[in-house]
Amino acid sequence: MRNPFTIASRLLVVVALALVAAACGSDGDDTSAGTAATSAAGATTTTAASEGSDESDASAGTGASAENEGEGPEVEPGSSVAAIRDKGKITIGVKYDVPLFGLKNPTTGDIEGFDIEIGKLITEAIFGDDTKVEFVEAVSKNREPFIQDGKVDLVISTYTINDARKEVVDFAGPYYIAGQDILVNADDDSIKSVDDLNGKKVCSVTGSTSLTNVQEMAPQADVSVVFDKYSLCVEALNDGRVQAVTTDNIILLGFVADSDGELKIVDNAFTEEPYGIGLKKGDTALRDFVNDVLEQSYADGSWKDAFDRTVGQSGQEAPTPPPVDRY
Amino acid sequence: MTVASFLDPPGPRGRRRQQIATGVTAVVVVAVVVVALRRLADRGQLDGDRWEVFAQRSVWTFYLRGFARTLQAGAVGGALSLALGLGLAFGRLARGRPVRWAATAWIEAFRAVPLVLLMFFAFLGLPRLGLDPGPFWSVVIGLTGYNSAVFAEIFRAGILALPAGQTEAADAIGLRYWQSMRFVVVPQAARAMVPAIASQLVVLLKDTSLGALVSYEELLRRAQITGEFARSPLQALAVAALFFAVVIFALNHLARRLERHRPTPLAAAEIPPETLLTTGAVRAA
Amino acid sequence: MDVIADNLDSYLGGIAVTLWLSVLSFLLAVAIGVVVATFRVSPLRLARTLGAVYVEVFFSLPLLVWALLFFFGLPKVGIAYPPFTSAVIVLGTFTGALVGEALRSGINTVPSGQGEAARAVGLRFWQVLGLVVLPQALRTMIGPLGSILLALVRNSAVAAIAMSVDDLMWRSDQLATSTAQPVAVLTGTFVAYLILTVPGTWLVNALARRYRFTR
Repeated sequence: MRNPFTIASRLLVVVALALVAAACGSDGDDTSAGTAATSAAGATTTTAASEGSDESDASAGTGASAENEGEGPEVEPGSSVAAIRDKGKITIGVKYDVPLFGLKNPTTGDIEGFDIEIGKLITEAIFGDDTKVEFVEAVSKNREPFIQDGKVDLVISTYTINDARKEVVDFAGPYYIAGQDILVNADDDSIKSVDDLNGKKVCSVTGSTSLTNVQEMAPQADVSVVFDKYSLCVEALNDGRVQAVTTDNIILLGFVADSDGELKIVDNAFTEEPYGIGLKKGDTALRDFVNDVLEQSYADGSWKDAFDRTVGQSGQEAPTPPPVDRY
Repeated sequence: MTVASFLDPPGPRGRRRQQIATGVTAVVVVAVVVVALRRLADRGQLDGDRWEVFAQRSVWTFYLRGFARTLQAGAVGGALSLALGLGLAFGRLARGRPVRWAATAWIEAFRAVPLVLLMFFAFLGLPRLGLDPGPFWSVVIGLTGYNSAVFAEIFRAGILALPAGQTEAADAIGLRYWQSMRFVVVPQAARAMVPAIASQLVVLLKDTSLGALVSYEELLRRAQITGEFARSPLQALAVAALFFAVVIFALNHLARRLERHRPTPLAAAEIPPETLLTTGAVRAA
Repeated sequence: MDVIADNLDSYLGGIAVTLWLSVLSFLLAVAIGVVVATFRVSPLRLARTLGAVYVEVFFSLPLLVWALLFFFGLPKVGIAYPPFTSAVIVLGTFTGALVGEALRSGINTVPSGQGEAARAVGLRFWQVLGLVVLPQALRTMIGPLGSILLALVRNSAVAAIAMSVDDLMWRSDQLATSTAQPVAVLTGTFVAYLILTVPGTWLVNALARRYRFTR
């Protein structure tokens, strides 16, 4: 027992456990132990363990928009929407690493962004209370599987609507129209359009339309470096591993704002990317409901409000919201 | 950590040569560290604003809760692996050929594939088969799949290392197979294997960090989230790395103390390599 | 299962990359391991400390943490190796600690009498090491080194995913997404890793059994 390393180690372990217990106990959030029993129950209940439901539902400061209440769309009894209401909470897949749209804040445990705000509007419409939502991380490549497997009720994560995806999921919205663009180093003038990407190393994200678009439109581009999150692509750009990152301009905007002038957007959008809300294929009731909520939010200003609070913080003016597509 | 015994104590020239060589190495190491730090400073990585996120207590809480989840996955995974491992060990020692064969197949297969693969399969594949584990259970399933096989081998080694006299004596006093297992063999075998088991449990704890790849919010994942939010990925990661290093070093050290008076009877090929620090002594035959 | 057949060339390519990555990393690991082991048994205290620190650091860090630190952290110091090279370095340095420990304990299994006797008949240090000690030590180390190699192949999957290296695991992750058939694809990957490692493990075990000896 005289060995100092041993004494230190034992002390350390005790201290670490105590700290951990204190961190756990103080907020009573960690439900993952509790889900041990409910694990095999399948579907969305187990996602409580995943996201740790830290305080992500308890939206304190960002303003529960009460103006959507009262006049909101009806929840048909027996419909899928009613089923969600009976469950007591709605599970929405979002991004954790996209500034302005879906970014997890470690100091509060909340996720912040435009997608989150839209999600809260929908939650408010279903429950009359915008805290009855659980946000889980849905990286690009997992969005369709999560919807298909019922892990989430909705996906709101800079999710572009396109025909290929419509074969496996349905979309409400769009609620915003972005365009794919390119992010480069501020002093790089060699890339001015998507064609200039040929022969250059470009980073994008697995399972995104950004990746497939650039493969189609710049077939000579080197897309060997891909990750499952845009933030890693931006890191790779900063590190000189790639010369460009391509995705939607509004996503890039968030990264440029954070870059202290080191990065710039080429500003030559080469596609149109309508952001939609992904949901289970064939669930017309839910789709109609969400579309109703969106149209309501266009009319009563809550959409613009949500935009100004999030994306608007970067200086972007709120555009006219796009008409929803009830196909 | 014995000094090579076949060396004569070095004479004055030999001593000097070794001192020079080691001195040069030390200087090189220090130089590398200094250069690295200077470059970091040049690129603003040591600036206050990159680190200020850590001035907030809530971020430390965020990290600590992440570590709590590391421990949770480790505890559950460890418990399940031990239980399943024991069962597999018995399976491998069973008299019936199909049982033996099945257990051996499981053990050989799950020791040979990457743990990430098992986690991905649980996270992405199982939902297609009707089961939705979610990040926590995907991590646990992955950990259990691999470590049950490792523990099975450890238990088996412990059981086989027990002198035959023990089972013979148990037999002689009339105990049946399972009774002798339960009262004579397993208690002794388990006690002999405690250091190896402890060491492998630390490895298991390290492997919970792979949960970051399936969105499980343990310490590493939380470090990534913090880094993305505060635009300081290196700093966030470095803090987490330090955290891991300190805790795991402590645990390894404690595991090694268990080994001290009790050499582990593992055949050379069975030593899980990551436990070499503890179960280190390679034995001839 | 058509998915696998359709993408067989992708699987095979991935296996090749994994193999190549593992071999290169193992060579680096052995080189590092020899140096580490030498330091650990050196009569010089400073050398022993350096060796010990190296080993402790890499046994205390999870591989994924090290991989991310190296790949995303090192560029902040100005060095950004491409993915494959980074993976080799990360795996090599990490596994080097394992190899070092295996070598050290392997050397220690050789009874000191061997070394003493060799010295007594006049062999010099390197001759003692090369002709007497190491041949005996290596015979006992075939098993552990084999299992380290296996661990390396398994760890290559982690490095590849973290650093976007185009190996078996990475390709199957991409494939599982693009074909939307994770079960089939990942099962195929499972089998592929078995094919990759099981024959090697049997070979190593057979060799270990053949060359082992009791005292």
